[in-house]
Amino acid sequence: MEMQSEKTAVLPVNADLDRAITERVDAILDQRLEAKLAALKAARVPSMTIIATKGTLDWAYPPFILASTAAALGWNVSMFFTFYGLELLKKDLSSLRVSPLGNPAMPMKMPFGPEWFKSIGWNIPNAVQSIIPGFEAFATTMMRQTIKNNGVADIAELRELSVEAGVNLIGCQMTVDLFGYKREDFVADVKEYVGAASFLPMARDADVSLFI
Amino acid sequence: MEVTIVNFDKELDARGLSCPLPILKTKKALNDLTTGQVLKVVATDPGSVKDMQAFSTQTGNPLLSSAEENKTFVFFMQKK
Repeated sequence: MEMQSEKTAVLPVNADLDRAITERVDAILDQRLEAKLAALKAARVPSMTIIATKGTLDWAYPPFILASTAAALGWNVSMFFTFYGLELLKKDLSSLRVSPLGNPAMPMKMPFGPEWFKSIGWNIPNAVQSIIPGFEAFATTMMRQTIKNNGVADIAELRELSVEAGVNLIGCQMTVDLFGYKREDFVADVKEYVGAASFLPMARDADVSLFI
Repeated sequence: MEVTIVNFDKELDARGLSCPLPILKTKKALNDLTTGQVLKVVATDPGSVKDMQAFSTQTGNPLLSSAEENKTFVFFMQKK
């Protein structure tokens, strides 16, 4: 009882002091924390993981463009190839195709001839596309020519540049087995073949994670 | 803007190449230089103007100048 009354008696003084100390400590801590966080952010190497699931010529671009560019910026990049994305790991990429069938956003333009001809959008109905033999092969040839005309890298080159820049290529073991691929089908640059449980922890720690 | 820097140690011709090739080739070319050396990059991709700036900011290699001449873009980048 005596102690408590003594405490009560000095409370106003202590409260002022406490408040002053708290304010000062908060100010210093905020300052230091900001400086520390800024230093940590500057020192941290950004990282990105990409899940590549598409195996067509058009959809082969986004993952490799983003991966190679991020690597050039100094980021750590890992790409996980699963389902049809495994096609992008094949030694021979000449089988990559693009289909205008059921792909309504794909511009259908000719990569040769005078400007007026090149600007025509060929609106060919799906029903017609589907019965013309070799239509997909033709569209693929046209796409490859357009890519070349525009100075866009081919996929093999982008993949090579990605690997050179340190991008980790990772194959999905489950889909390799599911589709009956052999590891010899794929480039030797593939670092490992793993499952979702191995990839997800990488994605969790990444600053950017994309599903393409 | 017309900036001419005569002294550079290596030149990269990225004309006719599209995104992201100018950046990837720039990165590769910088690997062959030592700190302080200057790389000249010539490109025709209009996107390269902003991309080279972003590349410089991200990697810390100073972009000494960026200029356009007859739809050709000339960059001077110093290796950090």
